[in-house]
Amino acid sequence: METYSYIMKRRDFGKQPMFCEQGPELCDTILPNPVEQKAFILRNPVHQATQNTPNFSLHEISTERAKYNTTGINHAEGGWPKDVNIHDPEATQRYRRKVEKEEEYINCVNACSPGMEHYALQNNAIDMYQIYYSDLASLPPVEKNSMRTVNVYRDPMGGRPISSICWQPEGQMRFAVSYVDMNYYRNPQGSIFGLLWDAETPAEPLMNFMPPSILLDLQFNPKDSTMLAGGLVTGQVVLFDIRRGSQAVSACPPHVAHRDMVRNVLFINSKSGLEFFSGGVDGACKWWDARNMSEPTEEMIIDIAKYTFDVPSMANAYGISTMEYEFTIPTRFMVGTDNGFVINANRKGKTQLEKLPIQYPAHTGTVRSLERNPYFLKNFLTVGDWRLHLWSEDCHDSPVLSMPPTRHKITCATWSPTKCSLLLCTGADGVISAWDLLRSQCKPVLTMYLGDDPPVKVRIHEQGSLVAVGTQKGSIFMLELSASMTASERNEKNLMLAILERETKREKILEARLREIRLKQRQAEEGSPRHSLGVDDPSAGDRDLAEATQDYFNVVKKELAAM
Amino acid sequence: MANEAEETVRKLSTHKGVAGVIIVNGEGIPIKTTLDNHVSVQYAGLMGSLIDKAKSVVRDLDPTNELTFLRIRSKRTEIMVAPDKDFILIVVQNPVD
Repeated sequence: METYSYIMKRRDFGKQPMFCEQGPELCDTILPNPVEQKAFILRNPVHQATQNTPNFSLHEISTERAKYNTTGINHAEGGWPKDVNIHDPEATQRYRRKVEKEEEYINCVNACSPGMEHYALQNNAIDMYQIYYSDLASLPPVEKNSMRTVNVYRDPMGGRPISSICWQPEGQMRFAVSYVDMNYYRNPQGSIFGLLWDAETPAEPLMNFMPPSILLDLQFNPKDSTMLAGGLVTGQVVLFDIRRGSQAVSACPPHVAHRDMVRNVLFINSKSGLEFFSGGVDGACKWWDARNMSEPTEEMIIDIAKYTFDVPSMANAYGISTMEYEFTIPTRFMVGTDNGFVINANRKGKTQLEKLPIQYPAHTGTVRSLERNPYFLKNFLTVGDWRLHLWSEDCHDSPVLSMPPTRHKITCATWSPTKCSLLLCTGADGVISAWDLLRSQCKPVLTMYLGDDPPVKVRIHEQGSLVAVGTQKGSIFMLELSASMTASERNEKNLMLAILERETKREKILEARLREIRLKQRQAEEGSPRHSLGVDDPSAGDRDLAEATQDYFNVVKKELAAM
Repeated sequence: MANEAEETVRKLSTHKGVAGVIIVNGEGIPIKTTLDNHVSVQYAGLMGSLIDKAKSVVRDLDPTNELTFLRIRSKRTEIMVAPDKDFILIVVQNPVD
């Protein structure tokens, strides 16, 4: 490296430096090169950035790392003083003895040992840290019922009231809905299309069904999940096939159809799996075969016969509002009528009396829902004007169980297919209530307010946890029931059976008693004009009552006297 | 006075379930013990640091507070430690079940 050395004589140290002026000296001149200049243009405007801030400078330093090293110390013996030899037992003993004699040691022992003794004795007395109840079996969790809305399917063609919902069989998550929006003259006020929804896609339906006129009921064939039957307002019945598109596959000709609108269609148990029957306001039930829709295979008029020689006539027939069919009882079915009767019908009867053997006076208005309990086939529920009744086939006069009447009319009710004691019912005030007959028979187990829009139809999916509720404004709410409401417990069936049997027995006893009384009254009237015989019987009960009242007042008097 | 202390320690060790009594001084030397030497030394060494830590925890949480007693319950034994100014009294007990 070149070094520059500067020499100054000692005697010159401290001398004032004398500066002299020296003019500028030209070192070099470089002239502009015009050729190069042509390659450049004047820049106008010029962007010049300025920043009026204090200047900071960043400087990094790295210090030297301190090296850490982890080692263990094998410290076998505590800090003995230097003069004591650890390995000499005598020396250590001597040291220990010395410490024991110290005052501090004695104080420490005297101070600490009472507390220590207390705790040692405490340990001996009880086991403080035991876990209580560890050997007890854990209780089953508290049953919590809940229902929540998982989806809403709104009518894409305007809010038309829903007339029927049917889940696709074989456990699929699809359901077919029919909408009815008509005025007094049975003319449609909106679209007449029915829709097939997929439960997973609430945004729009999978496909629509285009019937020739207003569709009142749409049901899947339980044996064939691609076929549907529908009932029209003109009295005809139509068939749809999902694979063939939206148009109806076949319809029955109008001259063999019902004389008034068809309110219900239901598939029946047949060898071909293609037969269904329909019921309408005209009071006739017609059986159809899907392969030949040109005429019904059988017809039955719902006209109650009092005597075996009565001929049924359409003039006296009751309009059908709802029908019920159970696959395991092939030749019988039930019909709910417009004037509140539920009629148990036998298809294979020879005379009209045999065909419609039993009728139950269910409600004072239209029977809106009629459904057999899937576990106890002899019992069915009916829903009509403000009341929900439970009937047994054996008791013809009155319901076996009756729920208290509600303020608003009940629009629909259905049994749960998986839980034998659960039924859901919807009311016109927008509330859906779940009744569990094992838990409480006087009030619902769970109620949920769906909105001002009154629900009109409710259908539970085969697997029991999803419920489709259709409302007046065309929306379908998909509710999910909690697991406690879906699964049946082991002994629930037996308990439910016991309840129903007990109620049935009670009803039968009451019926028998009533019959007896009536018989006696009739005998009294026929036998002698005296009324005393007739009076005797009811007074028997009165006598018991009088005795009981007498006893009660005696006891009360005694108590009062004693006070 | 020394006899008294001796008596107290002996009485403590004769309680039901007590496996051993150790008194450790400030330097970690077991002064008085009813167990073997190597066991006592082990206890003395381990407890010393634990007691210091526990003392500092209690002091840190509340400066007016101080550690009075420490109980370590394990599956088979319970170690009870009473710290003092200069010494530590350790009692090892087998809980009666």
